[in-house]
Amino acid sequence: MITQFRQTVRANLAKPEVRANFYRAMDGLMTRRLDQFPDKAELERLRTQSMAIRANALSKLPELLETLEANLIRNGIQVHWAETAEQGNQIVQAILERHNAKSIIKGKSMVSEEMGMNHFLETLGIECLESDLGEFIIQLDGETPSHIIMPAIHKNRIQIAKLFHEKFPDIPYTEDVDELTQMARRILRDKFYATTVGLSGVNFMVAETGTLCLVENEGNGRMSTTAPSVHIAVTGIEKVVESLSDVPPLLSILTRSATGQPITTYFNMISGPRKAGEKDGPEEVHLVLLDNGRSNIYSDPELLATLRCIRCGACINHCPVYVRIGGHSYGTVYPGPIGSILEPQKAGLDVHGELAQASTLCGACSEVCPVRIPIPSILNRLRYDGVRKDTSNTHTVGSGKRRTLSEAATWKTWAWAATHPTIYHAGSTLATRFKGMLPTNLGAWTTVRSAPKLAESTLHQQVKNLGVDHE
Amino acid sequence: MSNTARANILARLREPQRPECGFSERDYLSRYDWDTAERVKRFTERMVAVRAEVHHTTADTWLDVVSQVCAAKGLNNLLVSPATVLGKQIHAQADRFPALKTYDQPIENWKQELFYGVDAAFTGTTGGIAETGTLIVMPSADEPRLMSLVPPVHIAVLEVDKLYTTFAEAVQVQGWVQAGMPTNALLISGPSKSADIEQTLAYGVHGPKELVVVLVE
Ligand code: SF4
Repeated sequence: MITQFRQTVRANLAKPEVRANFYRAMDGLMTRRLDQFPDKAELERLRTQSMAIRANALSKLPELLETLEANLIRNGIQVHWAETAEQGNQIVQAILERHNAKSIIKGKSMVSEEMGMNHFLETLGIECLESDLGEFIIQLDGETPSHIIMPAIHKNRIQIAKLFHEKFPDIPYTEDVDELTQMARRILRDKFYATTVGLSGVNFMVAETGTLCLVENEGNGRMSTTAPSVHIAVTGIEKVVESLSDVPPLLSILTRSATGQPITTYFNMISGPRKAGEKDGPEEVHLVLLDNGRSNIYSDPELLATLRCIRCGACINHCPVYVRIGGHSYGTVYPGPIGSILEPQKAGLDVHGELAQASTLCGACSEVCPVRIPIPSILNRLRYDGVRKDTSNTHTVGSGKRRTLSEAATWKTWAWAATHPTIYHAGSTLATRFKGMLPTNLGAWTTVRSAPKLAESTLHQQVKNLGVDHE
Repeated sequence: MSNTARANILARLREPQRPECGFSERDYLSRYDWDTAERVKRFTERMVAVRAEVHHTTADTWLDVVSQVCAAKGLNNLLVSPATVLGKQIHAQADRFPALKTYDQPIENWKQELFYGVDAAFTGTTGGIAETGTLIVMPSADEPRLMSLVPPVHIAVLEVDKLYTTFAEAVQVQGWVQAGMPTNALLISGPSKSADIEQTLAYGVHGPKELVVVLVE
């Protein structure tokens, strides 16, 4: 059956320009990351440490969230909890209504993408302005991000130049990256000047001090959280860490793994709204803590590792599947390996379970993951959950929904044959005897490969002929 | 709504048997044995690599250097606090600098001027980080948050004795947790930049296009 996913993949594989854009970008990102870790042993120590920091936080998650909340409130930050994306959007809506805001300016936030916030607010007549350069570009073109760190990575300079010229015909056409950037700066500066509510994501929340940390290069995050009089931060409940001393190692491994930078231009630590006497900063700071399936993932000791993710994107940059099919093929907010483990768990295996299938389990992702998430094992587990008959031992949404009668029957027959030596030997001997009759056309597989050939005799016979008398 | 949500989420998180996490590796610290000269060298290299300007000065020369930087850049004006130790010295010799402006009222009263009429801002720093080439900036009532963000040029002074080896060391030695975090604390490592178009670096996206660091020995 040709699924929607397969159709999209097929269509995207046929776009050489987009494929070249991804290839060039991923190649550069891999090289730059490698340059940041000249000492392999040190890298492995840092990965173990970062895993430990995140695992520690998850092991105390409910307590840390309560400590975080208490400290944020003490610092003057208002905390909201949302079980679903819809609840999260309603909380944002209520804040905007209270301030009579008709528009909102956004720093980069993948959680707001996850919530479908732009769409939600726009149906209410509220304008959402993306201010991260990449997000700004794709918003102009009505697209979604194709990468969690570099949302417009699928476009090249010429495509962006044409897009700008189409949307801002008054400004002279240019393909110069500096000039394009300055155009965006001028347009967005006016928006920052005029907009009263800013929105951002969060990279880490520090329970100990009640601090929200944002990592960025452009300053859109700082602008969105500083210039407007109201700042709304949205993030997932898993982003908390226990203490401030957990932050430096995570920050370091995050930026080095993500873009190969020793550090980003800005690391912004927000611990409160404008205090009496201060002359700028938002009068109100809100934090929306989103669950949206995370607590369900949390309930499984194996799948829990998914929540260690610090969204660096390294797994995406190193994935041989992603670089070929591109970020939009996944049809999800988070693409690549992290998307393939996260999205099926959130939306259900019946909806996105196919993503767990679209992998060779090569392990490139888990080799670079700064928090050592065993992505291939989780993919395997999700494949199993998808087809298992007895679903009483798993909480994964959509478990058993990918089970088909024909596949189940095939494996059942195989299992029966494999556990009955006489039948198995008879079968394999027959197969080698009549190997000339095997088809050479095996569908998609043989369009680019030759069909596998069976050996002259079975392994059992070969071993016997060699005189080996034990097995 | 939010209260029920809170209770439900926390209840769900409390349900499962949580694995113990007794990792001692969490406390691992990268250590470098860098003396002051080495820290200055590393800091400078990192900053220059991201196109920041770094000037090495002393207590006697820094004011001259700031004045020269302003002249070289042809600045029409400079935003400087009249209340900080360093700011006072600049204000005391105002004739050597472009027109001095002060952030003496809430942003709402002069947002237009700050956004469109200020060429550069001068601020102090709370410290620096050699490993990454980073300034630690903790905005205050005297030097508000937007000073290091909105004007196209940011000139910052860093005293060399506050240049730490790593971020972890700065947090620890300066006792950030014990002191309580300010409303906003920043690490700034170069001018604003983006690689969102074809992975090509472009400077001055939303923040300053130029960062000038004046190191004072
Ligand atoms: S799964 Fe690991 S490599 Fe992938 S984004 Fe998350 S932290 Fe980074």
